[in-house]
Amino acid sequence: MYTQGLDQAGKSDPAKPGVETKEQLDAFQSRIDAEEKIEAKDWMPEAYRRTLIRQISQHAHSEIIGMQPEGNWLTRAPTLKRKAILLAKVQDEAGHGLYLYSAAETLGVSRDQMVADLLSGKAKYSSIFNYPTLSWADIGAVGWLVDGAAIMNQIPLCRCSYGPYSRAMIRVCKEESFHQRQGYEIMLTLCRGTEEQKAMAQDALNRFWWPSLMMFGPNDATSKHSAQSMAWKIKRFSNDELRQKFIDVTVQQAEFLGLTVPDDKLRYNEETEHYEHSDIDWQEFFDVIAGNGPCNEQRMEKRRKAQDDGAWVREAARVYAEKRAAASAAA
Amino acid sequence: MKQEWPLYEVFIRSRSGLSHRHAGSVHAADDEMALNNARDTYTRRKEGVSIWVVRSDTIIASDPEESSAFFEPAEDKIYRHPTFYEIPDEVENL
Repeated sequence: MYTQGLDQAGKSDPAKPGVETKEQLDAFQSRIDAEEKIEAKDWMPEAYRRTLIRQISQHAHSEIIGMQPEGNWLTRAPTLKRKAILLAKVQDEAGHGLYLYSAAETLGVSRDQMVADLLSGKAKYSSIFNYPTLSWADIGAVGWLVDGAAIMNQIPLCRCSYGPYSRAMIRVCKEESFHQRQGYEIMLTLCRGTEEQKAMAQDALNRFWWPSLMMFGPNDATSKHSAQSMAWKIKRFSNDELRQKFIDVTVQQAEFLGLTVPDDKLRYNEETEHYEHSDIDWQEFFDVIAGNGPCNEQRMEKRRKAQDDGAWVREAARVYAEKRAAASAAA
Repeated sequence: MKQEWPLYEVFIRSRSGLSHRHAGSVHAADDEMALNNARDTYTRRKEGVSIWVVRSDTIIASDPEESSAFFEPAEDKIYRHPTFYEIPDEVENL
């Protein structure tokens, strides 16, 4: 059990950075190497704390922003059942964001600080959520490909060295497979439907394939944080490894649907037992991350507006609670 | 920056017979909201029959830096374990 407030001074209090001795760093690395979990108030290198705060908070932001492209179709789902299901999925994304904010806070960063960093543009979130959902088929593609890619990334994170993050990931993974099945089932229904429905599904795949592959991050050679994250067992597999696994698994799923993956160089290699594919257009990825994707502005504006519109509610609730506490203390 | 809502730790009993286990945390303006937020965040799939929420700043925790000293008394008292004792095989029900 542990307290999470910033007023709790632990030996590795971010407000009082100390000298990190070689003994401390070696002892920490031994714990990692022995597959021990690091918990909130354990000693940890400042850089370990910082990289986790960055990664977990950006993961949380991605979940919250990710509610927007799907929320876009809540009022236009084809049936009441599909509407209820989509609503449940979007609620799950909110819940996932909350598990992750909660985990990040154990490292000494406040919720307000994380939200402020998101709204100022300082913090990043997953590039995929800067693409629009233009048709109902996109909701299928998002569930199948985007949640699918997320699952590929999140399962190894269940074993990451930081306890609160790994436990949050276990919880998330339990819920995530419904998301992918929901998406794939939409694609199945469309592909078994009219020519027009199947064409809509193909169009969705065409637009979401490459952005989904980019979700795994840059190629290993250019990935800034990877080596240290691997040494600290935050990251268990490289970007390219996970991306390749995703491609190998997903191409077969596309074939079952009778859809064509939009890559004319896609080819199964009998020797390596992996699919070869075209190079990814990394310029697009960096442009979108830098803020120039189709929906970056819209996503941020919506989030800022939600934050601003809700401010009076948060403040009123807080003041009301204080008044009631004072009243019952006086009674 | 406006003042944040206080933080609560959330403990959930998944079914009767089991203990409450720590699930994570929520922010809430008051105790009632904390219970509702905990239910909405951590039990969307009926993962619990009972929830405890506790304000994080009321939790007292042992200091991980002091664990060796704090738990040291238990380290060399092997006679607390049944395996320490040699009982002849012929003796039953011991």
